Amino acid sequence: MNSFTFTQAPAVDAAVQESVAHDGAAYIGGGTNLIDLMKENVARPTHLIGLKKLGLDAIETLPDGGLRLGALATNADTAWHPEVEKRYPLLSQAILAGASPQLRNMATDGGNLMQRTRCYYFYDLATPCNKREPGSGCSAIGGYNRIHAILGTSEQCIATHPSDMCVALAALEATVRVSGPHGERTIPFEDFHRLPGTTPHLDNTLMPGELITGLDLPAQGFEKHFSYLKLRDRTSYAFALVSVAAALELDGNTITAARLALGGVAHKPWRDQAAEALLVGQPATVDTFRRAAAKVVEGAQGYGSNDFKIELARRAIVRALKQAAEMNQELDSNAFLNSNP
Amino acid sequence: MSQTIATPPSIHLDTDYIGKPTSRVDGPAKVAGTAKYAAEFNVPNLLYGYVVSSPIAKGKITRIDAAPVLALPGVRQVFSHENVPHLAFLDRSYKDDVAPGGSPFRPLHDAEIKFSQQPVALVVADTFELARYAASILHIEYEEAAHETELARHIDDAYEPGRGKTGYKPPKSRGNFGRGWEQGVAHMEARYSHHAQHHNPMENFATTVEWLGDKKLKIYDKTQGAFNSQQYLTKIFGLSKDQARVISKYTGGGFGSGLRPQYQLFLAVMAALELERSVRVSLTRQQMFSFGHRPETLQHVAMATNPDGSLAGINHFAVAETSQFEDFTENVVGWSGMLYDCKNVKLGYRLAKLDVFTPLDMRAPGAASGSIALEIAMDEMAYAAGLDPLEFRLRNYSDFDQAEKLPYSSKNLRACYHEGAAKFGWERRSPEPGSMRDDNLLVGWGMGGGIWDASKQPAQVLASLDADGHLTVSSGTNEIGTGTYTIMTQIAAESMGLPLEAVTFILGDTTLPESPLQGGSWTAASVGTAVQEACTALGEELLKQAKKMDHPAFKDAKIDDVQFANGQLRLRSDATQAVVLRDLVQASGEPKIEAKNSKLPGLIGMVKPPKYSMHAHNAVFVEVKVDPDLMTVHVTRVVNAVAAGRIINPKTARSQVLGSVVWGISSALMEESVMDHRFGRFMNHSLAEYHVPVNADIHDIDVIFVHEEDAAVNPLGIKGLGEVGLLGVAAAVANAIYHATGKRVRDLPITIDKLL
Repeated sequence: MNSFTFTQAPAVDAAVQESVAHDGAAYIGGGTNLIDLMKENVARPTHLIGLKKLGLDAIETLPDGGLRLGALATNADTAWHPEVEKRYPLLSQAILAGASPQLRNMATDGGNLMQRTRCYYFYDLATPCNKREPGSGCSAIGGYNRIHAILGTSEQCIATHPSDMCVALAALEATVRVSGPHGERTIPFEDFHRLPGTTPHLDNTLMPGELITGLDLPAQGFEKHFSYLKLRDRTSYAFALVSVAAALELDGNTITAARLALGGVAHKPWRDQAAEALLVGQPATVDTFRRAAAKVVEGAQGYGSNDFKIELARRAIVRALKQAAEMNQELDSNAFLNSNP
Repeated sequence: MSQTIATPPSIHLDTDYIGKPTSRVDGPAKVAGTAKYAAEFNVPNLLYGYVVSSPIAKGKITRIDAAPVLALPGVRQVFSHENVPHLAFLDRSYKDDVAPGGSPFRPLHDAEIKFSQQPVALVVADTFELARYAASILHIEYEEAAHETELARHIDDAYEPGRGKTGYKPPKSRGNFGRGWEQGVAHMEARYSHHAQHHNPMENFATTVEWLGDKKLKIYDKTQGAFNSQQYLTKIFGLSKDQARVISKYTGGGFGSGLRPQYQLFLAVMAALELERSVRVSLTRQQMFSFGHRPETLQHVAMATNPDGSLAGINHFAVAETSQFEDFTENVVGWSGMLYDCKNVKLGYRLAKLDVFTPLDMRAPGAASGSIALEIAMDEMAYAAGLDPLEFRLRNYSDFDQAEKLPYSSKNLRACYHEGAAKFGWERRSPEPGSMRDDNLLVGWGMGGGIWDASKQPAQVLASLDADGHLTVSSGTNEIGTGTYTIMTQIAAESMGLPLEAVTFILGDTTLPESPLQGGSWTAASVGTAVQEACTALGEELLKQAKKMDHPAFKDAKIDDVQFANGQLRLRSDATQAVVLRDLVQASGEPKIEAKNSKLPGLIGMVKPPKYSMHAHNAVFVEVKVDPDLMTVHVTRVVNAVAAGRIINPKTARSQVLGSVVWGISSALMEESVMDHRFGRFMNHSLAEYHVPVNADIHDIDVIFVHEEDAAVNPLGIKGLGEVGLLGVAAAVANAIYHATGKRVRDLPITIDKLL
């Protein structure tokens, strides 16, 4: 860890100005990933800008019926927030599938988007890594890549984005609110994280100095039919080998709306709208789910030790969709009976 | 949980602590945080050393540019091979109590790199943070050489090691395996493997050296043997024992990692002597993957059975990794010639030299690895012979150690099988793989077991009674979390008829009477026996004092005529004839009355040939539930039945076995140090990626201690529990997975990718 200076920013504008004014500045929320990266000398910021005085930790209903998560709301407060639990249980479930209670108490919602890959080689300065040091090579290709990506990879990088929360946010079509030197803007969640391509050192589409201030969830929360299925090497405190956020709306047994996003398989939360389209209008059957699953892994590529993820993803998608469809079935049939006296 | 505790004649049961579940006497200190570990002694004017680790696995250092680092205010020194002081020359000076054959690693000795993460420099600064930063910018150039770290590529150059290491017994074949194989009517043959594992105790290795002037050091070390660290230091640095006092009151987990002095001890002491200052060196979690580990093994087992299900032949061969500079040996295959009755046994064990640090004993060294292959093979053989795995083991039960040609001093493995199976409900098992279900989940039941040495080492103990009637018992052994403080307190309280609160056991200091390393499952037996002996000796002193006091009742009394109970010395024949212990001390005019046990370290155990084979055994029964689509595995139930002689403290003993079971599950399903052979480097070097079970992975575990009396092992009848509980657990999980799924995975850990 290098030596650095620290400022507690009093307001968003001031934070952004601090960031612009210092080369090598970094914002710090909960610090649950950044401090680790600094200890390993993977991140060497010269100036840290603390955000805890900004407020931005409210969770509030929006006029359009959606919900705004302040960037500084903790993962724990978000997961256990009554509105989130009631209306976006998929998000609650995804957050609680990640990290540990201690980490979730510290980690912020904005910071969750900014966490970096857990690729072994990214963390170890003794090995080449294009994400850490552009142009040095990708050690995971041809190496130990059991936890690595099978979708959207490039010859430069096969790292995955490690978040669970972001997989749910992708499925729920959240919007990222940011402030920067040129004012405020919003970024659709799908456009926030990047694929590695030839610039794997860039994880997302934030411009220099931009700060996440909040996340907006649309009104549609898929609270009746959802599943976050996380497959990993142990039951807690392990990153996903494959995770699936599945959300459905059903009319009887017909799917009227579907969302499908995967974690642990790509450089970003992997939402597949083509697969979603295959679900809509179809009966909620295992055959339908299998077709969607096949679509998702159509272009998947294994790199040796992660070959198994292709089959695992296929099976996990089917299971997650099935779990989502089977939720509240009794409730639905009652509703159906009530509306057809 | 059930256990039966026998009462030996030598123990008076008035206070009754032995065999009773007793909470840890050191528990409050640990919970309150007053128990201090090696890196927590904040001595005045402390400097901090940070280790720089090699990024390459083999080659040499060609240049170190320390000047920019030394220019940083607050950096005191950069130690490397370029400026390390001239120290002891001979290899033997660097050998610790359990050093294997070969030439021990000498930190910062020369420019040569022998393994990845080798310590190449120590940066010493006024703060830890500065030392860490300075270490991160220290410029070192290397010339890389080709390294070899892949065991599978070196099976052909593997060789049979010499005796070298303490406790290693070259495996002995017997009979004619080839003939047994030919005569057999059912056969199995398979290859098994598991990968390296690192101990990863919660407490990282650290040493705090307090400089007391004139080369006098007080050394707080993380170790499983304070005396081992001390003798290592005295030989290398030419220090007297008085100059190198080593203290280790609490150890946050050992599992074998602290059996050998780790390099931070050398570095901290070297820096303290050179700078004449107090110095602390602590390793990072990543650096905890830079030294000894459970070696990877590749194993081959073949078995055949006769028509009656008896074993016609066993062939077990293992090849294990070692470093280029030492022959690390462990007993991997020898157990296969002991656990079951078989005339024709062929065993082989070889080592292959790789560019890695020397492996190190890790909980049940050798046996844990060997039992994976043996106990999965037994399951495969049972299926091939058409027998239930438990019935198959019972048909091949051995009451005699065929390897050493000795009877067992006691062996109640049969009770482990029966009580374990009954508790588990084994008789309800349907043999066909995939035949048992729980709703949508596949259910599998598997079993395994093992055997481990019941050892005893010489130990010295001082028992001291003060004028307040408080008994202090001391010995320089270690507490690695096993419950040593507690059981020694129990044994002493029992022996002297005092309440637990009136007894304090002190350990972990080289100024105390000498004890062996805390390892090999021998501490309870070794130190426990010595505590009992010292208390007996103290009792004799107290009786002498009673005689001096002209107490008529004790005038002609011999030690066997008296007993110690309720804080009194009293006649066995008439308990009303009694004298209070503290009155004896007060009457003596001395502040305390004390006695040591008489046996000096090093003298016993080498005298007579053994009459018995002394071992502990266990049998493990495991239930797994497997999702048939996703192939996720949950170990839902484990019953571990252990025959380990007398159990001094069923509470801490149960904890020992629970920990073993968890580790067995870990070995079976998740734990491995993954080497990228292109870099010769372990890549998952953090607790985020080196997976061990979390609470949510662990479900019902039942521990049974079966009745086993053994007067031959030691007067207390203790066999030791540190390792035996681990045996057979991983194999039982693998066997249960086979039973659930029909998939036989022989390469551990059995991760999801191997089952899909």
